[in-house]
Amino acid sequence: MTSKKNKSAIQRRLIPSYIFLIIWSFISVFPFYWMIVASSNSSYEVSQGKLTFGSHFIENFINLTHDYNLWGAMGNSFKYAIAQTVLCLFICSLAGYGFELYHDKHKDRLFGVLLLAMMVPQVATMIPLFVMIAKMKMLNTVVAFILPAISTPFMIMMFRQNSRNFPVDIMEAARIDGLNEFQIFFRMYMPVMKSTYAAAAVISFMNAWNAYLWPKVVMPKSEAQTMPMLIAVIAGGYSIDYGKLMMGVLFCSIPTMIIFFLLQKQFAEGITGAVK
Amino acid sequence: MKKQKSVLAKQQRAGWIFLLPATLLIFVMSFYPMIQAFINSFKTGPSSRMVWSEPIFKNYIRMFQDKIFLTTLGNTYLYLIIQVPIMLILAILLAQLLNNKDLKCRGLFRTMVFLPCATSLVSYSLIFKSLFAKEGLINMLLMKLGLISQNINFIGETNTARMVIILALIWRWTGYNMVFYLAGLQNIEYSVYEAAKIDGANGWKTFWHITVPLLRPTIIMTFIMSINGTLQLFDESMNLTSGGPANSTMTMSHYIYDNSFGQGVGNFGYSSAMAFLVFIMVAILAFINLKVGDKRD
Repeated sequence: MTSKKNKSAIQRRLIPSYIFLIIWSFISVFPFYWMIVASSNSSYEVSQGKLTFGSHFIENFINLTHDYNLWGAMGNSFKYAIAQTVLCLFICSLAGYGFELYHDKHKDRLFGVLLLAMMVPQVATMIPLFVMIAKMKMLNTVVAFILPAISTPFMIMMFRQNSRNFPVDIMEAARIDGLNEFQIFFRMYMPVMKSTYAAAAVISFMNAWNAYLWPKVVMPKSEAQTMPMLIAVIAGGYSIDYGKLMMGVLFCSIPTMIIFFLLQKQFAEGITGAVK
Repeated sequence: MKKQKSVLAKQQRAGWIFLLPATLLIFVMSFYPMIQAFINSFKTGPSSRMVWSEPIFKNYIRMFQDKIFLTTLGNTYLYLIIQVPIMLILAILLAQLLNNKDLKCRGLFRTMVFLPCATSLVSYSLIFKSLFAKEGLINMLLMKLGLISQNINFIGETNTARMVIILALIWRWTGYNMVFYLAGLQNIEYSVYEAAKIDGANGWKTFWHITVPLLRPTIIMTFIMSINGTLQLFDESMNLTSGGPANSTMTMSHYIYDNSFGQGVGNFGYSSAMAFLVFIMVAILAFINLKVGDKRD
């Protein structure tokens, strides 16, 4: 009886917390609701602030696919994001494994040097990299998109930190069984580190999907366009069809939202993963 | 003995091979372009035929006489000074509230607070653009509430346009930072709070005397990350306000992009000089971060 009373007293004291959280949650969620609702309304209705679902969903979709290469941009975004994720995970996990499990003085020092790349801003490297990619005649290709993003200090650090939990005994046992160092990586390390790979994959995919400045520089051809570039183009005109635009924004957001809802834990782990 | 040594050497060699691809890529894709950008910052002329500028610091001198660049520098720091503290305080507060074991629906609240991270930067910029359009929802609501008599051109006026960018940034990144604090808070033993409660400390006291000191490393890290991100803002300036009105919301990255790829001028030398200044600012901050971070160990 007393504990019940206690509980209700605790809950009563939490009322301000609930109010604050409900307000903030509403603010957080509302733009998503707006995006979905607006994609089903005509541009006029959007400008009138209509907050209920309308009947223009299919019309907006048809307009969007008629005026812009939606499926092309979706395809490109998926292609680039998957390629970047796979390569980034492979290269960075290899390095994280090397830096942590074979570490010595020299490797630790090299790692310190690589970390300096964290402070290199994208605007500073984009011009020389553009020149480099243009000389290689690689503009508008998947290579141009992913090359600067395959190896990042953040990802290497994430794998390095998480490799600390990798049981070294397994390596010794595997060596005795006659596996070489590379076989250990593929057969032991990769399966054991599944959860790190999952977190890293979510981050890498999201980063690639959301990339905007770099693709804008190296993918000038409209056939090579990504989803963020496409919706920026829709919004760039003098008179914006907001219904159509929000339909585009919706398509650009669906993949990242699905990942968010299915893999929220991995996403949160990935963000904080390198700083444990 | 000798054999064992050679096995060890073999292992060490394998270690080097593991980190070779990543290392090479970082050198070629980050360090080399950075050096190249530094060299370019002393050059002038069209991108195909760049020559040393005369005098050698011409681009740097020009930069500090360039009113638009100075405006973009001011804008970037304005966002930094207003947005970063508000966002981080909100994030700590939300994390603190969500860390309470007695709170119901914690998971649901956490998901909703975190949700803005599921949008791309271009997407949310455009959503905010439509919300704050002159003919848009916010104007409509303010009208209905009788707070304004005619529609405000949020994106078209300097102060309101800056405000919209700041609001948008707070919306997008508060939940992101909250995740760091929540992770940090979960490392603090619950018994520490219990002890404080027994000692008679109230909510604010525990917050200031326990939570904040214990979260210090996390706070510093999120602070540096936010500063780094703000100094490199691009997507919002480009898509939400297009830098306008009259460049009053344009960020440094946006101006650098315009000078190098945007308007067809391709002034790579001048752009590189401006970009190098961004690098120096980021580097100074990162250096401070490393110094402060060292103390943790």
